[in-house]
Amino acid sequence: MNKLPPLIFEKSRDGKIGHGLGASQVPAEPALDADLRRTEIADFPQVSEVEIVRHYMALARLNYSLDAGIYPLGSCTMKYNPKINEKLAAAEEFQAHPYAPHDLVQGNLELMARLEQWLVALTGLAGFTLAPAAGAHGEFTGMLIIRKFLQEQGDARRVVLIPDSAHGTNPSSAHFAGYEIREVPSNADGIIDVNVLQSFLDGQVAALMMTNPNTLGIFEKNITAIASALHANGSLLYMDGANLNALLGIVRPGDLGVDVMHINLHKTFSTPHGGGGPGSGPVGVASHLLPFLPVPRVVKSGDKYRVIYDNPQSIGRIKNFYGQFLVLIRALAYLSSLGRENIRRVAEDAVLNANYLRKRLQPLLDLPYAADTLHEVVFSDKNLPVKTLDIAKRLLDYGVHPFTIYFPLIVHGAMMIEPTETESKETLDEFIAIMEKILQEAREHPEQLLQAPQQTPVRRLDETLAARKPVLRWRKGENL
Amino acid sequence: MALENLLFTKEHEWLRMDGDSADVGITEYAQHELGDVVYVELPALGREFKKGDPAANIESVKAVSDVFSPLSGTITAVNAKLSNNPELVNQEPYGDGFLFKMKLSHMDEIKELLDQKKYEEYLQGISGE
Repeated sequence: MNKLPPLIFEKSRDGKIGHGLGASQVPAEPALDADLRRTEIADFPQVSEVEIVRHYMALARLNYSLDAGIYPLGSCTMKYNPKINEKLAAAEEFQAHPYAPHDLVQGNLELMARLEQWLVALTGLAGFTLAPAAGAHGEFTGMLIIRKFLQEQGDARRVVLIPDSAHGTNPSSAHFAGYEIREVPSNADGIIDVNVLQSFLDGQVAALMMTNPNTLGIFEKNITAIASALHANGSLLYMDGANLNALLGIVRPGDLGVDVMHINLHKTFSTPHGGGGPGSGPVGVASHLLPFLPVPRVVKSGDKYRVIYDNPQSIGRIKNFYGQFLVLIRALAYLSSLGRENIRRVAEDAVLNANYLRKRLQPLLDLPYAADTLHEVVFSDKNLPVKTLDIAKRLLDYGVHPFTIYFPLIVHGAMMIEPTETESKETLDEFIAIMEKILQEAREHPEQLLQAPQQTPVRRLDETLAARKPVLRWRKGENL
Repeated sequence: MALENLLFTKEHEWLRMDGDSADVGITEYAQHELGDVVYVELPALGREFKKGDPAANIESVKAVSDVFSPLSGTITAVNAKLSNNPELVNQEPYGDGFLFKMKLSHMDEIKELLDQKKYEEYLQGISGE
């Protein structure tokens, strides 16, 4: 395993430079008075070009990514990102200034319109905005749409309901949009019961935010009854589309009564996830909410694409320009290379892979919710001689990125595993073999697991101390 | 620590009554379940809460959790030590790790709280699940 390289500041030696600009041809006429000018930059690293290159290469070698191996981070849908996406996103033909006249960027506008058509076809909703910069931004946008809609109905409401299995971003987004949060408990099967929901419904409930399949990997099978109960109460159904990968081409949320949903292009549609992405969280709405979508909207009139900036009922702009355009290219590249007839196999294989892991790991780990698994499976730490964290840390020693741990919160010591459809059976078998080995170690030498990881550039970090007393600045001569 | 003088909630908070005021904290069980506490967000002085309103926030290495106001009332003091020493919640949940003090507005709500014996029975019920 690679070693942790020293900081670039520690490599610095006085007088080294990485480049020579030559003497200035312009007479020096400083814009600032001498007393305002800095004569040197304190402790700026001084290194040669080759040292800089090696420094960053050394850092890059510490990376773990999908190009290195399986990344079974539950609820994140870390699927392989096909290289054709990158090739097309880098194509010169798509590079344009955001202020370019629309006549000159018809191809880019068409790309946005076609991606929207794809999302409409896959979700059964009426229209999408591609502007949100990430999933949580999409949630927030969706909440603003719901708020504006209800306000225009003269029925501003104050409360958003959220299941206890939800992603933490859901309550945050609703709270940011001005709502009070009420938590709805899941039942013994890990899903929302209509009667329980009914007891929460009153004239203040604006919406329920529901993830389907939920974070236990279980389909919320009461969803149509839930939608009816909400609509009868004048409330809306928001669906968090983080787990759309399980439904792709099989179930259309719009057919289930969903009013608003966001989807994550960086999950379901194979655009980069993590490391800054950037993400992209398009928001789709049913037809009665179309007028409230953010601007700008790309529309086709005749054989030309136009951009509308001033829908009177729109919630307005939520991002500069047109969203993460280069991410949109990747998503359309993915959908176009799969083709409509193959898209269903994404969900089928994702579900098959998760169920294969469930079946093989179930003899070794406690499965707290026995309902059918879709795209991911959640085990608990019940009856284990070590903690979930110890298992996750030990996976690092085997060169595997751990699964999501301690989430969802309703499972004690949760291990949330989502293999995605892009992992082969051989890779899953390797992962299972590693898990079997680790669980055997846990039984025979639990103390070894408490010491994990042993093979990584840094050993087990004191995350508690780091959070309580963070050291945010490096200073020369000060030892950490 | 004289736990027999404390009152408890099913949300794992404790109260130490003093006339119409109460010190409020989280229980040994709660701190153990949360794991290492790294940050505590306390309410502003003078804030009024109804019973069950989220009143404080505890961030541990595992999760961020709401602390619900165990009774209705007004915040009269908060434990300032926690801003630099959140670990007190783990180390002394019934002592220096208390969260805040509140003046109660609905004394009759006390009837709904549990005494030590009932709380311990409740805990046994949970762990038996």
